[in-house]
Amino acid sequence: MTASITESSTRRPDPAKLLPDGAVTSSERGADGHSVLTVDRSRLLEVLRALKERPELDCDLLLDICGVDYPRRDPRFEVVYHIASLAHDHRFRVKVPVAEDDATMPSAYSIWKAADWFEREAYDMFGITFEGHPNLRRILTHEAFHGHALRKDYDPGQRWLLTEDKSMVPAWATEDPADEDHLESQVLNLGPSHPATHGTLRIVVRLQGETITKAECEIGYLHRCFEKMSETHGWQQVIPYTDRLNYCSSMINGVGYALAVEKMLGIEAPPRAQAVRVILSELSRIMDHAVCLGANLVDLGALTNFWYFFQPREEIYGLLESCAGGRLTVSYARIGGLVHDVPSDFEAQVRYLLDYIPKFVNDVEKLITTNKVFRDRSEGIGVVSAADAVAWGWTGPCLRASGVPYDVRKAHPYMGYDQYEFDVPVASTGDTYARYLVRMEEMRQSLRIIQQAIDALPGGPVVTDNHHVALPPKEKVYTEMESLIWHFKLIYEGIQVPAGDAYSFTEGANGELGYYIVSDGTGHPYRIKVRPPCFAIFQAYPHILEGHMVPDAIAILGSLNIIAGELDR
Amino acid sequence: MRQPDGSSSLLTTRVDAMLRWVRKNSLWPLPFGTACCAIEFMSVVSAHYDLARFGAEVVRFSPRQSDLMIVAGTITDKMAPVVKRIYDQMAEPKYVISMGACACTGGFYRAYHVVQGVDEFIPVDVYVPGCPPTPEALMHGVLKLQEMIQNGETQHDRFNHRELDTTA
Repeated sequence: MTASITESSTRRPDPAKLLPDGAVTSSERGADGHSVLTVDRSRLLEVLRALKERPELDCDLLLDICGVDYPRRDPRFEVVYHIASLAHDHRFRVKVPVAEDDATMPSAYSIWKAADWFEREAYDMFGITFEGHPNLRRILTHEAFHGHALRKDYDPGQRWLLTEDKSMVPAWATEDPADEDHLESQVLNLGPSHPATHGTLRIVVRLQGETITKAECEIGYLHRCFEKMSETHGWQQVIPYTDRLNYCSSMINGVGYALAVEKMLGIEAPPRAQAVRVILSELSRIMDHAVCLGANLVDLGALTNFWYFFQPREEIYGLLESCAGGRLTVSYARIGGLVHDVPSDFEAQVRYLLDYIPKFVNDVEKLITTNKVFRDRSEGIGVVSAADAVAWGWTGPCLRASGVPYDVRKAHPYMGYDQYEFDVPVASTGDTYARYLVRMEEMRQSLRIIQQAIDALPGGPVVTDNHHVALPPKEKVYTEMESLIWHFKLIYEGIQVPAGDAYSFTEGANGELGYYIVSDGTGHPYRIKVRPPCFAIFQAYPHILEGHMVPDAIAILGSLNIIAGELDR
Repeated sequence: MRQPDGSSSLLTTRVDAMLRWVRKNSLWPLPFGTACCAIEFMSVVSAHYDLARFGAEVVRFSPRQSDLMIVAGTITDKMAPVVKRIYDQMAEPKYVISMGACACTGGFYRAYHVVQGVDEFIPVDVYVPGCPPTPEALMHGVLKLQEMIQNGETQHDRFNHRELDTTA
């Protein structure tokens, strides 16, 4: 593993030589394997364009844009871009310092469409404006909100009440269309409380007859301040919050966060913990896909499949409950391993599930895959080309349905995924039907991974023996002075993560789930930015809708699997 | 009442007791689901737990057709006016179950965008704790509400006691 990293790093091009002269003020190699470039604001677009267009660099995927506030630094803010190349094995982190009194940036929207909502979020949370952005307004907080919540001087408990429903109405929705058929034209509001929006999404569409001609999304109805809350808690205490990001597959989020902090600490969980994490993550992926497909099919009128998918989910919940104590939000992962070992009948339970789940997947397959009604409603609906999907920053099953075989588990294996044999299902048409097929096949592939992991489940401890990170065993705390001291220190001071930053990414159920973590060397995270896969996917939704009908909009929405907890955080 | 065999039997009750009995056994929930709790609510109504056993399985997403609002999930300041409007649109008598720590108190989101308990702006009959509550806990909440309806202890009864006295 180490050998392969050094090998690939020698092949890696030196970005400083390929980028415009003098544009990069500093270039270094981050501890997480990213090339970290510091760029002056005036040359930013030049650098970003070169990163995307130079064939040696070929960075086609903009993953994340976020702000970080350093009140004691001058300039105060830093805007951080995370950029990756799908063809080459390299990733860049571009940092741009911005002063408080002149907090404007050029928008990267003209280079990557994915910048759209990420820039709006940085504006909302830090008050940094992006010149040239097509629609720069608040995205997560509401219309009556004052200030910028993720600035360090913003009080975490300071609320602003939205007393009446001054809900967002896009300017185009109130204008009379100029064309002759304006009598046929109307504006329709979907959500936020609508059975087909699965939570808290709101979509405003303009209809011409029955065809959608324009659409806009409003999100933030479930913005519960994950990032601000994580800054006020200890490192270990963040894990319950991560569970509530994508609550359909909470284990994956907790594991992703634990891996990110472990990366910064330079430790690794013991093999048994890694194998259990893989098994429970893959079971969570199956649950997530089951909810997504079940709910999507309900919206299309196929209620039976919802019951079929919920039955194996209950069984998986049973396993999670016996391991962690919680059904849905498990909080089972810990930095350095797991909270405690699995129950003695774990292996038997997993083997039972391996027998039990395929029956339900097959039942749905038989009912749906060749079902004429479903195919008529999903084939050719919501088509997204591979180029568009990459431009929007899509990852995960939705990207693979458009024909791009990118899966973090294969491209950048973590937690021993390189030891397991599995395929990455890819479809080519990029429509709602393709997304259904990819998710169905991924459930089978997850079962394959679980089978291999349970066959080779190692013994041993499930948490690291590094006492800077994990509590010593209780019996030692009662009998040994040193263990008692470690216990006391860890409880009193918490884990101390060395100062620095890292971006860690895993394959969530919806795509690349990234955590960008900044530590100032204390017992609390300085800044945690989650890169939620849904966020990038959902920003393309209004653009996909144009030319479709309202029932198609519902079918497409279900197939994208937008989880509000992760979207709004 | 005449029985099939020709004999007759009589059941005497008060009108309001009769009404309460009818109401408690045919609750039509409107799930105002926003977050994790909504996923657990789906478990409660699906086959394994089957809320139909308590007469409350007719889930309606229209406030006009439902009399029990189950607030399942975190309510943010942005969402609060929507919850209020949907509650106002429900016809009387109406009941509210606050499902989960977030809807009850804001939960562990003591934060700038989260309502610290949905009872800030709508009356709540039953608070179900848990993050999220287990399906059993929510069913216990529904049973508790049925008991309260039967005994005339709901928020609706508190605000409308005079009307009930005249119908008695």
